[in-house]
Amino acid sequence: MFKYLKQLTSLVAVVAVLFTFTTETMAAKKSKTLKNTQKKGFVRCGVSQGLPGFSNADAAGNWTGVDVDVCRAVAAAVLGDANKVKFTPLSAKERFTALTSNEIDILSRNTTWTLSRDADIGLTFVGVNFYDGQGFMVRKNSGYSSVNDFKNGISACTNLGTTTELNMRDFFNSKGISYEPVTFEKADEVVAAYDAGRCDTYTTDKSGLAAQRIKLSSPDDHIVLPETISKEPLGPVVRQGDSVWEDIVRWSLNTMIEAEEYGVTSANADSMKTSDNPAVKRLVGAEGELGAALGLDNDWSLRIIKQVGNYGESYKRNIADTGILPDRGPNELWTKGGILYVPPAR
Amino acid sequence: MNIKKILPQLLTLLVVILIFGFFSYNAQVNMENRGITFGYGFLSQESSFDVQFSLIEFDGSHSYFRAYLVGLLNTILVSVIGIIFATIIGVVVGIARLSNNYLIERTAAVYVEFFRNIPLLLQIFFWYFAALRALPLPQDTEPMFGVFFLTIKGFFVPAFVWNNLDIFIYSIIAAIISIIFIRIYARKKQENEGIQTPVLSISIGLLIILPLLSFLFGGVDASVKVPVIKQLSQSGFTYEGGIKLPPELISLALALSLYTATFIAECVRAGVQGVSKGQKEAAASIGLTPNQVLKLVVMPQALRIIIPPTTNQYLNLTKNSSLAAAIAYPDLVLVFAGTALMQTGRAIEIVSITMLTYLSLSISISIFMNWYNKKIAIKEK
Repeated sequence: MFKYLKQLTSLVAVVAVLFTFTTETMAAKKSKTLKNTQKKGFVRCGVSQGLPGFSNADAAGNWTGVDVDVCRAVAAAVLGDANKVKFTPLSAKERFTALTSNEIDILSRNTTWTLSRDADIGLTFVGVNFYDGQGFMVRKNSGYSSVNDFKNGISACTNLGTTTELNMRDFFNSKGISYEPVTFEKADEVVAAYDAGRCDTYTTDKSGLAAQRIKLSSPDDHIVLPETISKEPLGPVVRQGDSVWEDIVRWSLNTMIEAEEYGVTSANADSMKTSDNPAVKRLVGAEGELGAALGLDNDWSLRIIKQVGNYGESYKRNIADTGILPDRGPNELWTKGGILYVPPAR
Repeated sequence: MNIKKILPQLLTLLVVILIFGFFSYNAQVNMENRGITFGYGFLSQESSFDVQFSLIEFDGSHSYFRAYLVGLLNTILVSVIGIIFATIIGVVVGIARLSNNYLIERTAAVYVEFFRNIPLLLQIFFWYFAALRALPLPQDTEPMFGVFFLTIKGFFVPAFVWNNLDIFIYSIIAAIISIIFIRIYARKKQENEGIQTPVLSISIGLLIILPLLSFLFGGVDASVKVPVIKQLSQSGFTYEGGIKLPPELISLALALSLYTATFIAECVRAGVQGVSKGQKEAAASIGLTPNQVLKLVVMPQALRIIIPPTTNQYLNLTKNSSLAAAIAYPDLVLVFAGTALMQTGRAIEIVSITMLTYLSLSISISIFMNWYNKKIAIKEK
């Protein structure tokens, strides 16, 4: 009897192994991007040409930022190593073409989620990793304290080919102010022109203003006006038509946010395996088979948290501690008065 | 027909067609796979972005096609300005390089070597960022002649406000037509009777008198509107009321003409040196003055050598104007292949239109220059 039991358990084990193997390969088979990424051994990630706090390379060529961390999280989940990412710096103009033409697999480049971008040009937005809005920077000695002080003939520097250009027009039109738009392809040139006095105001996403202010010759002489003229939900983008890859990127981001919600950090992730809370156990892979549905192993989320950290850690490291935007504003968890709210991982 | 001659041509043609077919098929399949649609319908959609400087009226309520026209006209504008100045500077420097005066010759040589050996993009950045920073803010600027204001925000010049502008233009056209007739008459008179008519002074006189008459009797009236400073904020100023030339246009035109002028100068030098010494000596020996030698003997022959390579430089200048995108001058690349491409996402359509446009621009310049070249070529009788 015992002999049969032993045989039976081994049979069950074999079937179980086979079954997990087949589900894994089925998901993997469905996703060409996942397969290619595993074959290449690195995640191909499109980032900005240098926006401190979001994606910025230091002198040694190491990329840091909250946008960079999304790609690192995917690399940790898919390849087991957060450093296996190849970053491609892209201008606003190049970014979507690079993604649709297969040069990169994730575009994580402070990109605003809009209907036309999502539906029209072969892209899919997977979530929001930063809630932003467009604002205006002006010189302190201009005496401007609100956008309502703007007068006819004002010149505004901004980046080419962004939603900023469109919002700016909507805003000035609604106020009935005539303005002069001066648009550059690279952010550095916008900053240089504004700094030189070519423009009276510099407009872009508020996070961008805060980050670029550091690059001005005397940052303290400039202020960001309080008004926000648009909604700019920034998030990672993937190509349309690979739903498995889309899910992997979406849930890598969601894992980071949910980890913060449940207090799981890079430091305590391992010890959380024995937590009493089933949601936490699922998050660190100690319960459930969530990885298999994505074509990954069950430790994928644990690796993200251990190697990259949760969203709060990423925000603190990249945006708060660098002095860009110490106040999290809307990018705080929903439980703490912000609007970060992700579907449950179960 | 010799089949041996035709067959290789046909085969080459077939290969070319196959290659193009393959690429367009490939693009089609890939676009379909990624859910990207193809079409030119977007051109009539509302563009909903503004452009800082345009020759025709434009704002976001106009279509993408009009945005294309704005970009195209701005490209043509900066190219024409660039070509005119590059030609003037190029001819002056080219002749200066042949001067017997050591100082003039060396200065011209240094200019040519300096400007042609620095990459154009770098020069554009220099004129825009380095030179721009050195310009005063609107409130600090010293007016030139009381009416021109060169500031960091642009060059503000007076605008003319016209009454009965059409009559004024007719008077100029009338002056030009009569000058043409007088020239024909003068030439005939010289050929038949050997008497020279002072055509130049008559022409200048006509050009002044006829428009003047239109002012006195035609009801033409022009007033000058001088730019006035306007306060935008406690520290921000601008000018209004005049015409504004954006600094982007000025630096781009400056960089393009200074750069291309060096090549044109070399073409001019080569052309003049290509005329054999005997020609000049022979001309001098029949009593022509040095000016007449240059005008009647050397230049007509030199032009035949100068025109073809100079055509190349004109084409280069036009194509180089696309570097405008780096310094926010709203040319075709910035407005259409930049903003419009980004807002619509129609990369293939927009890039193909832009390429065709540059191709047509270049070919038009070529055709014009070839026509001119043929006109001045030696006519064998």
